[in-house]
Amino acid sequence: MKIAVCVKEVPDTTAEKRIDPGTGRLVRDEGDRMLNEFDKYAVEEAVRLKEAGAADEVILISLGPEKAVESLRQALAMGADSLVLVSDPAAVGSDYLGTANALAKVLDDSGAELVLLGSEATDARSGVMAAALGEVSGRAWVTAANSLAVNGGSVTVERQSDDGVDTVELPLPAVISVTKAINEPRYPSLKGIMGAKKKPQEVKSLADAGIDASKVGEAGAGTKVLSVETPPARQAGQVVKDEGNGAQQILDFLVEKKIV
Amino acid sequence: MAGILVVAEPQGSGFRRVGLEILSKARELKDATGGPLAAYVGGSGVADQAAQLGAYGAEKVFVADHEALGSGLAAPHVDVLAQLQAENDFSAILFGGTSQGRDTAAALAARLGAGLNSDSTDLAPGGSGLQATRPAFGGQNLVQSTWTGGPQIALVRPNSFQASESGGSAEVVAVTPAISDDALRAKVTARKPAEEGKISLEEASIIVSGGRGLGAPENFAVVEALAASLGAAVGASRAAVDAGWYPHPNQVGQTGKTVSPNLYIACGISGAVQHKVGMQTSDVIVAINKDEEAPIFQFADFGVVGDLFEIVPQLTELINQRKG
Repeated sequence: MKIAVCVKEVPDTTAEKRIDPGTGRLVRDEGDRMLNEFDKYAVEEAVRLKEAGAADEVILISLGPEKAVESLRQALAMGADSLVLVSDPAAVGSDYLGTANALAKVLDDSGAELVLLGSEATDARSGVMAAALGEVSGRAWVTAANSLAVNGGSVTVERQSDDGVDTVELPLPAVISVTKAINEPRYPSLKGIMGAKKKPQEVKSLADAGIDASKVGEAGAGTKVLSVETPPARQAGQVVKDEGNGAQQILDFLVEKKIV
Repeated sequence: MAGILVVAEPQGSGFRRVGLEILSKARELKDATGGPLAAYVGGSGVADQAAQLGAYGAEKVFVADHEALGSGLAAPHVDVLAQLQAENDFSAILFGGTSQGRDTAAALAARLGAGLNSDSTDLAPGGSGLQATRPAFGGQNLVQSTWTGGPQIALVRPNSFQASESGGSAEVVAVTPAISDDALRAKVTARKPAEEGKISLEEASIIVSGGRGLGAPENFAVVEALAASLGAAVGASRAAVDAGWYPHPNQVGQTGKTVSPNLYIACGISGAVQHKVGMQTSDVIVAINKDEEAPIFQFADFGVVGDLFEIVPQLTELINQRKG
C-alpha cells in the first residue's frame, strides 16, 4: 500500500508574522520557514505504518513556493520516500478549494490508497483541508484521528469528536487527518537528514501536474480579501505584587468587570 | 439566491450555544441577503427540539431526522444540506466553528464550489451580501473578506456573538434526508462520550489555564479546582502539554487551540508568542505568575506577581464563598 501525506511549509511559529495590507496575503519572505508542526504527526504515522509492514511507500504532496522544498525535506528526513511539490505563479493565492483541487489531482496520479494530513496548518488555522480533499477526491474521509489501524481494505480510527471519542471504520481509499495525540514525532537522525537530500524531490508546474489553472490560485478562489487592519496591540493592564491579598484583588477586578 | 441558513447543532435536548449565537446575529443580517432566516437541525431524534430555534429568530427550521445524522460524522449532513441548498438557494450558509461544523462546512463548500470564510469573529452586510472578519495570527491582524460568488459559506468562532431571544416562533419543516451510500462509507462503531458536564475549550466562556509554573502534572488540580468554581474549561500551555502534564486537546496556542472566552486566567504561563496568539482575543485576561518579567504581564488586563500555589486556591475559595 502506498500512503500519501499532504504537507505544508509555514512561517516559523515562534516568530511574529504579518500580512501585507496591499495584497492581503502573508508576507512570505520574512524570517524562517518550517514544516507545519501538525504535519509531523501525519508523517510520523505514515512512516510507522511503513516500518510495521502495513505500507511499502510514503510519498509527500504539497502546494507552495519552490523554496518550500527545503522545509519539506524534514519530512523526508523523518522517513518519507519522495516529495511532489506543485509550485506555480498561477497557484499563488489559492484558497482551501484551489489547494484541495491541486492536491487531489496529484493524489489521483500517485496511486496512493491512504492519504494522511495534519489537523490544521499553523498559519491559516482553518482545519478544513481533510474534509475538502475527501469531498473533492471522492474518497471516504474522517478527521481528528487519535489512533489509526489499517486492516486489509479498511481503516479503524479512534476519532476525537465534539462530544468524546468515537471508533470509526472506513474503507480504503481514504483521507484521514490526525491529531497530536496520535504519536510522538521523531527527530530526524543525522543519517536521515543526509539521506533526505538524495530522495526524489519533484517540483511540478500546474501544467506538469495536469492541474486546471482555472481551479486554483486567485482565479479559482471563492473568497476575496477586502482589507487588512492592524488593531492596536493589547495594552498591559494593572500588575500588582501579591502581599497576601492577591486573590482578593483578582476577585475585586472580576466583580468590577461583572464577570462574577 | 436569498436568505440565510444557520446550521444549529443539537446537543442533548437543546442546541450548542454557538448555533444560537449565530442565529441571534443573523437577525441583523437577513435583510442584506433578502431574507428569510432559516435554520437546519440534523440529528437522530431531534424533531421535538427544532421549534426552540424560533425564539432566537429562525422563521423556518428544516429538520432532518436520521440515525446517520446523529453519528457525529459530517458526510451525511453534507448530502442533506446540498439537497436543501438545491431546493432553497440560500445566499449564505453559516456554521459554528465546532469540529462537526468545520467538517460539514468544508465538504459542503467544496461540493458546491463555494467560497469558505473560516474562523469568522464578525459578520456584516457588505458587497453582494455579507462580509466576514477573521483575526489572523492570534488577532495581530484583522482580515475583512467577502465572497466571489454564492452561496456565502462561513464558519463562526464560538463566543463571537451574544445569544439572545427575540421571542419569535418558527415554522418547522420536516425534510426527508436522501443520504448517498458514499456518505455512509465511514461508520461509527462505538462512542465514548466525554465526562458529563465537561466544557469544550472553544465554546467555554471562561478558561483557566496552567503552564510550566505548575511544576508537575498533579498540580493541575489547583487549576481544575478554580475552573470548577467558575464553571470554566481547563487549558494548558504548550510547555505543560509537551511535558505530558495535560492532554493535547486542552492545549491553547499556535500549535493548539485558538480561544476567545470572556475571561482567560493564565496560571504559571509566561505568555510567549506561541501561547499569546491562541488566547489574546479573549475579552479579559488575568495572569498569575511569580516572574514579574513574564511577557504575559504586557498584555494581561490584571496581573498578580506571586506564588500561584497560594493565590489560586485562595481565589477558588473566595469564588466558592461568593457563590455559596
